[in-house]
Amino acid sequence: MQHNKFEIVDEAIDVEQMRQKVMSRNAGALTLFIGTVREMTKSKKTLSLQYEAYAPMAVKMFEQIEQEILVKWPDVLLAITHRVGHLAISDIAVVIAVSSPHRKVAYEANEFAIERIKQIVPIWKKEYWEDGTAWIGDQLENIPYPQGKPKREEE
Amino acid sequence: MIEIFFFAHLQEVMGKQKLSAPLANQCVADVKKWLMIEYPLMSLAQVMSAVNEEFATDDTIVKEGDTIAFIPPISGG
Repeated sequence: MQHNKFEIVDEAIDVEQMRQKVMSRNAGALTLFIGTVREMTKSKKTLSLQYEAYAPMAVKMFEQIEQEILVKWPDVLLAITHRVGHLAISDIAVVIAVSSPHRKVAYEANEFAIERIKQIVPIWKKEYWEDGTAWIGDQLENIPYPQGKPKREEE
Repeated sequence: MIEIFFFAHLQEVMGKQKLSAPLANQCVADVKKWLMIEYPLMSLAQVMSAVNEEFATDDTIVKEGDTIAFIPPISGG
């Protein structure tokens, strides 16, 4: 079975499989970032979420993030899977696996990856609340920038 | 013909994910203008676009057979 390093899936993400994708005899550290569905955002209660992706472009953007990481940290291995569809509270939405010879880079490259995902990867979430729904994404503060202009975001 | 993709709230406004339109050899800004005339509920002024799965600008030319996607502010992760 072929395990692609970068995927958009519509079923539960297997975290152990993500670890295996970046396992290497050169690795001395491996970080896994697991993004989960949060119930409370400030005082607003989320019942569930729906994620949607422009999948072929999202995979290309994951590959671009890998290229950016390899420029900064050449020894890193990276795998990213993002789930789409309807997710419940505490479900896993995204997993980023990074391995590297040393610990510091494994942490730094993993954080870099999630920051870039939030900037350039075409994925959208719709929140379902008790009193309504909305696609999230502030027109003024959360426009994706191809070159990665930093943006503010609660989290 | 070109193919036009819509996501998130834009898809709900359109009621469909994609549309074919005879807009080859026009720039992204012209495609936006055409859509906002044909579909007055569409608001595309601040929306990013991608041509053939690469981020584009308003002056990018869309050629015959190309795919253009409108990318509302993203919220993945």
